[in-house]
Amino acid sequence: MSSLQDMVGVSSQPVKNEVEKGAIRKFAEAIGDDDPVYRDEEAAKKAGFPAIPVPPTFSRTFDYGEIPGLEMPKAGLIHGEQRFTYHKPIYAGDVVFCSRKLLKVRESSGRLGSMTFYMFEAEVRNSAGELLLVENSTVIRTGGAK
Amino acid sequence: MNPLFTIGQELPRLIKPPITKTQLVMYSGASGDFNPIHTVDEFAIEAGLGGVIAHGMLTMAFVGQMIKDTVKPYQGRILQFGVRFQEMVRPGDVVTCSGKVTKIEEQGTEYYVECDIEAHTQNGARVVAGSATFMVPQQ
Repeated sequence: MSSLQDMVGVSSQPVKNEVEKGAIRKFAEAIGDDDPVYRDEEAAKKAGFPAIPVPPTFSRTFDYGEIPGLEMPKAGLIHGEQRFTYHKPIYAGDVVFCSRKLLKVRESSGRLGSMTFYMFEAEVRNSAGELLLVENSTVIRTGGAK
Repeated sequence: MNPLFTIGQELPRLIKPPITKTQLVMYSGASGDFNPIHTVDEFAIEAGLGGVIAHGMLTMAFVGQMIKDTVKPYQGRILQFGVRFQEMVRPGDVVTCSGKVTKIEEQGTEYYVECDIEAHTQNGARVVAGSATFMVPQQ
């Protein structure tokens, strides 16, 4: 497992993402939020936003790129924790650059077999390089479960 | 003291309509998370889940909606928001999001409000729990 520890700190290449109005509306529809600020510029402006804002968890839809050399199984992963830290708001029409890295890996074995905890940190920046948002997530891989 | 929020105060609850399989397909498309445990019953049964389960991030999005609905009338801003996923949510489940103010700090003309947040289903199971901080300007 030393090879997995070697992956800690390795980051994906930032990926350019365009924040699309249509994608925001579809996301709002999927989560059942009928707030007009996600659909209509005028409603957004009336609510005090300069443009259509993104819902609080919308940044999960961005492409953060692949961490080179990190192989994760396609199935059997559990999303344990998720945290968003918001630095600057994101609006429709923005162009953002997203990357992710493995912050920490921890392995444990217990009653339920062996488990690996992957802690990821992802960043969203604007074209000036300013940090807009940080996402921290913990993904749990169960292996050898009895 | 900020009259808008007080310690111990409950945030306005958000009760979502029952989750549907169509909604899980819509969320898969909108989020790009196409893991078949959320959309294909046969696959989810094979994986030992007994049928499709909702994306944890869909439940978290519901909680995000509640926080957004709380701060929007005051032109506030969410600063951070995190949860642990505790139980599975399935089609037919009614998710209720709630929160309670735990701390308020005044900085200049802004109030920083911390709260505990959670979501539970109709049978009382707590499906996510965590905390959030938001800022509201003095009104």
